[in-house]
Amino acid sequence: MKEEPSPIYGLMAEFDNPTEIVAAAHRAYEEGYRNMDAFTPFPIEELSEAIGFHHNRLPLIVLIGGIVGCLGGYLLQYWVAVIEYPLNIGGRPFHSWPAFIPITFETTVLVAALSAVFGMLALNGLPRPHHPVFNVPNFKLASRDHFFLCIESKDPKFDRKQTRQFLEGLGGKVSDVELS
Amino acid sequence: MSTKDIETQEYIPDHLLDEPTITPVIRPGHTFGTVTDKISAIALTRKTPRGWYIGFAIAFALAMMLFYSLAQLVLVGTGIWGLNVPVAWGFAIINLVWWIGIGHAGTLISAILLLLRQNWRTSINRFAEAMTLFAVACAGIFPVFHTGRPWLAYWLFPYPNTMKMWPNFRSPLMWDVFAISTYASVSALFWFIGLIPDFATLRDRARSRSGQVIYGMLAMGWRGSARHWHRYETAYLLLAGLATPLVLSVHTVISFDFTIGITPGWHATIFPPYFVAGAIYAGFAMVLILAIPIRKFYGLEDFITMRHLRNMAKIMLATGLIVGYGYMMEAFFGWYSANQYEGFMIRNRMTGPYAPFYWALIFCNIIAPQILWSRRMRNSVPVLFITALIVSVGMWLERFVIVVTSLHRDYLPSSWGMYRGSFWDWSTFIGTIGLFVALLFLFLRFLPMISIFEMRTILPQAEVKEAKE
Repeated sequence: MKEEPSPIYGLMAEFDNPTEIVAAAHRAYEEGYRNMDAFTPFPIEELSEAIGFHHNRLPLIVLIGGIVGCLGGYLLQYWVAVIEYPLNIGGRPFHSWPAFIPITFETTVLVAALSAVFGMLALNGLPRPHHPVFNVPNFKLASRDHFFLCIESKDPKFDRKQTRQFLEGLGGKVSDVELS
Repeated sequence: MSTKDIETQEYIPDHLLDEPTITPVIRPGHTFGTVTDKISAIALTRKTPRGWYIGFAIAFALAMMLFYSLAQLVLVGTGIWGLNVPVAWGFAIINLVWWIGIGHAGTLISAILLLLRQNWRTSINRFAEAMTLFAVACAGIFPVFHTGRPWLAYWLFPYPNTMKMWPNFRSPLMWDVFAISTYASVSALFWFIGLIPDFATLRDRARSRSGQVIYGMLAMGWRGSARHWHRYETAYLLLAGLATPLVLSVHTVISFDFTIGITPGWHATIFPPYFVAGAIYAGFAMVLILAIPIRKFYGLEDFITMRHLRNMAKIMLATGLIVGYGYMMEAFFGWYSANQYEGFMIRNRMTGPYAPFYWALIFCNIIAPQILWSRRMRNSVPVLFITALIVSVGMWLERFVIVVTSLHRDYLPSSWGMYRGSFWDWSTFIGTIGLFVALLFLFLRFLPMISIFEMRTILPQAEVKEAKE
């Protein structure tokens, strides 16, 4: 990295259909690159597999959110109805659990849904107004009909010349990703 | 901006699109680019169509009437509504149930059809979700103002306060508060999450500075990373999984408002499923009412094809039959319970002073939609539109009959009475329709009404072909 004149974020190759970018990502992974990412106008299941991203922690976060919502909702009602503000209505039991189920269900769904949304945004590091990949001239098309594969300079195998040659060999148009 | 190349494609007439084998959910010849351009151009254009101004002006005027009516209600009191003992629930609850029901189709389309892998939902889910949100907003107005002191509505939420009081969680009205507020929140989240990648598209395609900044902020820096998409898809699926039982629970809880009471005509176990089916029924009718003019006006017949309209007609027919079963069961219980009050209630419903409403609802909800059995009728856009209008009216009548006929003559003949909506009841109700339509117009103008990224995924080009090696 030291001998480079100006450090870059990585190299970006541009493709124009999903088949090509999945094939390119497979090749890059076989070649030993790990710090890479692909940018596409719609989700491509094969692509996250190809760049070696198989699991994410979101389901666990949502499960925890759901359990918190469930226990929180029930305990709130228990605490209010039994301990803090018991109402004696015709001698019915304070801990009338069947009547607490609808609200428990709603709070379960609410907290789980909130954790799904905010968990997804947090794991994705969003909101993030700027990112080096936006410096690539054609990158606006990533939200329309172009497909990008970026190999980051922090990858141990990254070499400005060789990686560029490798990416050009895959058939894409390659450009530098400036840092700022 | 080249939508020209689609027009040169071979034209497939609508009636040929009927065969399931050749019916595409999107007219052939589109590419990622044309889909993107066509949908985003509606939101990004600088020239607002004149029809939009006219429609919005009318809807906005009605929304102003709503606000005037609500101001009047707050100034004078709930007495300006036609409510009185014995019918203390009137329009406020009828409209609440009607609006919430309409919202249900949006969640059904976006969540349940997603889980069932019904691809065709893609072109209608965005505006159906918008419809849900706006319908829930209209619904929420009624119970809040029905309390009489809407500025104290926050008392319904459990929070530590200086009065040292807490709400009674055993009350179905509290369940309502939680069900409706959860439903509104989750629907809004689902809608917003679906919009993020499309906001990024609009950000990248907007030419005006304000468009770039506003859509840019809403897109939150979305860049379409494969890792992000992976988590995004997980989140979207999980939300769909959560929204599915939620939507079923909401109208169940609404029906508990009735069933937990011991009023004849309300106290029935058939209510939860029958309410949920009715909600979906009314909701699909409203989706059709909206989709038919929108696709015409914006020229979106490529994306909202006859297949969509037909499928919605079939769902309407199916849920309508479930609702019909509900009516039958109500009548059957009235007889089979051998309870004189239940029996009287159903006889009074069918032959009493409100009988015309009952039979009008039977006509609108049970008889008229049977026309949809015919394939020719399902393929006729005007027939679908008119049937959907009839069903919407019918579902409103259904709630009117349930609320009013059950209350106006109960156990004690000395306290019987009649109910009718006052001028302010009607102006509030029509006003909420104005608010709903006005919000919808704003949505159509400024946001992508069809999910652009999901439309890309259902194009044949989106498929990743196996490597040839």
